[in-house]
Amino acid sequence: MLIDTVLFYIFAAMVLSGAIFTITRRSAVHSAISLICSLLGVAGLFLLQRAEFLFAVQIVLYVGGIMVLFLFVIMLVNLDLAAKARQFNRAWAVGIAAVAVVGAEMAWFLYRGRAAFHIAENGGAGLGSAAAGNTEMIADSLFSEYLLPFEIASVLLLVAVVGSVVMAKKRI
Amino acid sequence: MYPVTTIHYLALSAALLLIGTVGVLTRRNIVIILMSIELILNAVNINLVAFSHALSNINGQVFAIFVITDAVAEAAVGLGILIALFRNKETVQADEIDLLKW
Amino acid sequence: MNFLDQIWLIPLFPLLGAALMLFFGKLLDPQPVGQASGPAHHGQAEGLPHQTSLRKLIDFICPGMVLLSFVFSLGAIYQLRQLPGRVYQVIQFTWIAGLPFHMANGHLATFQADWGFLLDPLSSVMILVVTGVGFLIHVYSTGYMAHDNGYYRFFGYLNLFVFFMLMLVLANNYMLLFVGWEGVGLCSYLLIGFYFHKKSACDAGKKAFVVNRVGDAGFVLGMLLMMSVLGTVKFTDVNAILRSGQFPAETAGFGVLSAIAILMFFGATGKSAQVPLYVWLPDAMEGPTPVSALIHAATMVTAGVYMVARSAALFQLTPSASAVVAVVGAFTAILAATIALVQNDIKRVLAYSTVSQLGYMFLALGVGAYWVAIFHLFTHAFFKALLFLGSGSVIHAVGGEQDMRRMGALKNKIPITHWTMFAGSVAIAGIPGLAGFFSKDEILWQAYSSPLGSKALWFVGLATAGLTAFYMWRLMNLTFYGRSRVAPETEKHVHESPASMTVPLTLLAIGSVLAGWLGTPKLWNLGASFHKFETWLAPMFATGAAEPAGEAGHSASLEWMLMGLSVAVAIVGISIARYFYHNRPDIPDSLEKSFKPLHTLLYNKWYVDEIYDFLFVNGLGKGGGRVFGAFDRTVVDGGVNGAGWLTRFSSKVSIWWDTWIVDGAVRLTSFSVKLLSYPACLLETGRVQTYAFFVVAGLLAFFGYYIAR
Repeated sequence: MLIDTVLFYIFAAMVLSGAIFTITRRSAVHSAISLICSLLGVAGLFLLQRAEFLFAVQIVLYVGGIMVLFLFVIMLVNLDLAAKARQFNRAWAVGIAAVAVVGAEMAWFLYRGRAAFHIAENGGAGLGSAAAGNTEMIADSLFSEYLLPFEIASVLLLVAVVGSVVMAKKRI
Repeated sequence: MYPVTTIHYLALSAALLLIGTVGVLTRRNIVIILMSIELILNAVNINLVAFSHALSNINGQVFAIFVITDAVAEAAVGLGILIALFRNKETVQADEIDLLKW
Repeated sequence: MNFLDQIWLIPLFPLLGAALMLFFGKLLDPQPVGQASGPAHHGQAEGLPHQTSLRKLIDFICPGMVLLSFVFSLGAIYQLRQLPGRVYQVIQFTWIAGLPFHMANGHLATFQADWGFLLDPLSSVMILVVTGVGFLIHVYSTGYMAHDNGYYRFFGYLNLFVFFMLMLVLANNYMLLFVGWEGVGLCSYLLIGFYFHKKSACDAGKKAFVVNRVGDAGFVLGMLLMMSVLGTVKFTDVNAILRSGQFPAETAGFGVLSAIAILMFFGATGKSAQVPLYVWLPDAMEGPTPVSALIHAATMVTAGVYMVARSAALFQLTPSASAVVAVVGAFTAILAATIALVQNDIKRVLAYSTVSQLGYMFLALGVGAYWVAIFHLFTHAFFKALLFLGSGSVIHAVGGEQDMRRMGALKNKIPITHWTMFAGSVAIAGIPGLAGFFSKDEILWQAYSSPLGSKALWFVGLATAGLTAFYMWRLMNLTFYGRSRVAPETEKHVHESPASMTVPLTLLAIGSVLAGWLGTPKLWNLGASFHKFETWLAPMFATGAAEPAGEAGHSASLEWMLMGLSVAVAIVGISIARYFYHNRPDIPDSLEKSFKPLHTLLYNKWYVDEIYDFLFVNGLGKGGGRVFGAFDRTVVDGGVNGAGWLTRFSSKVSIWWDTWIVDGAVRLTSFSVKLLSYPACLLETGRVQTYAFFVVAGLLAFFGYYIAR
């Protein structure tokens, strides 16, 4: 258990520090690298919770796919001017204040509800075993119970791909 | 050392969500705003997986997959819009794009 | 094979040919660049014909299509004979569906026109003539037009014409008949103006088109009136209504049926070149000769005859309209015959002869002898097509010369042409034993004996017969006999036409000799097979009432006498022509000198063209233009200006109202909305992040609500 706890705090530190660096860096490339760090931390957290399939998806899709997309765009779009300009908008203080209040409210919720979660600590039993692994179970659920949403999601992806190609084309 | 419980994950998720929200609300660079949105979606995923783990219910992970799907679609479309925008207006600053202003 | 159900294919074959020619013909027959197409009967002098091997395909496709139609027609008619009613309709589809309208008597009726085909004895005769004679003329054209440019165009138009003509005669209602009617008019225009670089040809085409439109207006009006009175335009329905006795015969006066009949007949005068609308036909001779033969002699101009015969049930109820038809026919016959006496252009003589013969047909129709009219149409198609094609062969031989004064003594140089034309001339003159005699004599007898006929009509017909014999033999003598007046350098090249031209001539000559034997006089008592024509057509024109005792009321000796008289007149005409133009060529000249004014009058065609020019082209067209101009300037313009002033005034009032009342209200509304919306507008920055901030603020409030609760 100890190793789990240590790993949790390491990954949590990775996630939060990566996130904070992401939103504070001047250079978009630095932001992207910080984001990768944060997403890797999230992947680690998935692994800690025995979501092996999601761990793989997180790394392959986010770190491998979306981040490459971001980097492409960063290289494609000239961000030199943006890097020299102001980084935060005029109303940043209002925004942070609002978010701080929301955070306080959420902290209050968590504090009030903390007792409710002790009972459910069964350590993820039944989320994968030797007989039926995690991937198998997800597939089972996805392709039977959630087949229709799965198909709709595929259509959504297709639409998104077509839409982004159309928008990114030189001449519309 | 205290064992890690679901509440830890929820707190982490909330913190990540707030950081992402701050990014969306305050940054001017649209690329970074899009990254912040990815952060928010990841916060949601952490939440979903944590509950899935706590309740031993696979549905949480299935939903996480759908969220990732959405994130991919959103990133693709958002970056497509960004490129079109940059080609037409030569800027990536979110507060310079205010044609919708009355 | 059931040909009867396939009669819709009969018009389709020529249409296919036309489509092939007009869309792809240019590939088969490449046109020389920068060289106007023209009449190239100057034959050998013209140089090599630019024939390609592909062009030979046209020779097979176009006549082949018409031959296919002919075969299908024969098959269909053979099967029609075995049907008890001898009427067969094929309705392809509903063409104009269910238009409700109020008939003249106030009843609500539904107007419907089908794309349907009707084969009965009448249309069977017509399709045989159109496809049979049409095929021979197509074959002839492959030889005649061999040296012309626009070969594919010519055949495309010709096939298109055959298509429309077949539509005309096979239609099962007046509406569809009108489609063919207009279509043949169009093809006639296109073919008259085939040599479009010649101004006279273009003018002739336009004239034919415009004059035909005048007649068509009558036809359309007649058709609409019929629709309004009878509620249908389908032949079978129209005949059924008219023969049911629902409408009494208008013997005494001039009623609505007579109006329909007269309007339709007016349409027929346009298409069939009768007084007053005959003027286009002689000019139509500007077209290539096969066109004159096919369209302006054998088929299209008989469309009017066909249409009146088709409306026999209508004309049987309207004696006064029939009388008009007879008088117009007789008048046209003799007027055209007198003009033909003095014309020098070989084709023009034949053109006036055609007008005259068409007059005969209308005379027959007018006196109620419908089958005789169709019989004459049938025989006339043979001998007039023959004469035209023969004249084309002559023109071909003498290198494009059409003036008979520069022909003569061609008999031995072009023997086949001569003998076939000889047969045609004998036939048209009315010598017993050949086709023309039987039909013409029957017309004369009917004009005399029919209850609708009269001695005057008979006499006019007889005089015309004499004139016909005279001018035809004048033509023959000037062209083939006597001494040669051909220009010396042309004379060397005079040659018989190729087989593609002489074979059709021969076949038509055989037809001219034999066609008449289908309708020999009853007097001759040759048995049923010799007046098949009448028995075949009889059901078409049966009124249902008892036969009028016309023929029976006259004695056989009288009929023999009249027959002898008409033969005598024909022989006298031929003899005088022979004497004048062969034995004593000086007599016509001296006659011409002593009757100078008469000759001038006839030579200038009774100045009808000039009168029409004066009355309609200049009078109505230009003089009327002046009147209308004055009317326009004072009355119409005054009205327009007054209306303009009124409009200006009312617009001023309207402007004031708009500016102060309407605009004021609008501005007030918009101003108040703007005022009220101003606070809300402050929230709208147009920046995405502001909106996102509102989302967060909403979240804040939402959470706050739960905490505060």
